Amino acid sequence: MTVTVTWFLLLAAALFSIGVAGVLIRRNALVMFMSIELMLNAVNLTFVAVSHELGLIEGQVAALFVMVVAAAEVTVGLAIIVAVFRTRSTANVDELAEMSG
Amino acid sequence: MAETIIFILFAAVALVGAVSMITASNTVYSAMGLLATMFSIAILYVVLDAHFVAAVQVIVYAGAVMTLFLFVIMMVGVDKPDAYGAQLPIQRFMTAVVALGLFGAIALAGRAVWITGSDAFGTPALNGTAEAVADELFGTWMVPFLSTVMLLTIAAVGTIALAYFRDTPLEEVSE
Repeated sequence: MTVTVTWFLLLAAALFSIGVAGVLIRRNALVMFMSIELMLNAVNLTFVAVSHELGLIEGQVAALFVMVVAAAEVTVGLAIIVAVFRTRSTANVDELAEMSG
Repeated sequence: MAETIIFILFAAVALVGAVSMITASNTVYSAMGLLATMFSIAILYVVLDAHFVAAVQVIVYAGAVMTLFLFVIMMVGVDKPDAYGAQLPIQRFMTAVVALGLFGAIALAGRAVWITGSDAFGTPALNGTAEAVADELFGTWMVPFLSTVMLLTIAAVGTIALAYFRDTPLEEVSE
């Protein structure tokens, strides 16, 4: 029994689905944000697994680009969460619904 | 065989970490679950011969991103218990249905697509060293690489702006 690319792709799909569930079920902005990071990681795993399967290095380059975008996103997103917390004293997205119509 | 054992072990750790991340009521436990998942994914990268990406995964995600998350959790999240138990049960059930349906849909879509090797005699050995990745990154992908430099600069400036202009009175903002 050897590990094939299918196993990695199924693991990545499972991790992505758990990330989607986390965004849907949690109301804490930080945990929702961590779920988004989990989804990005799952996509990276897909890139690297397929890169290994096809013998092409481009998948690993794409994974590096995703990491750069994720790092920028984390910086800005956490700054927004801290700014919101300073004005509203909460990180619960249910209590941040002033803009809903 | 060793590959199989390592895959099963760390895939299990990754899944347990991910599930504990979305179910833990304490935000710090969530961060620890995500940390376990990220380390496991780094080890799976090594199994896939992507050594440089594995090193970057540990440095950027397990190092920088999680440290940033823990800093913000210490500022924001710990003393505010999440209303996880107060959710309506129908929402949890629907979330489980959506997540399982998505997993099934991705698996089906993956089955429908045939991933072909680059030649019929087996794929060439791929060694994801820093040199191999850099050859590609600084050759073919030089312009996208430079635009990520711009992206990181803009993100840093935006973060500083968000932190610096926070004393604007709320009334002026809302008008």
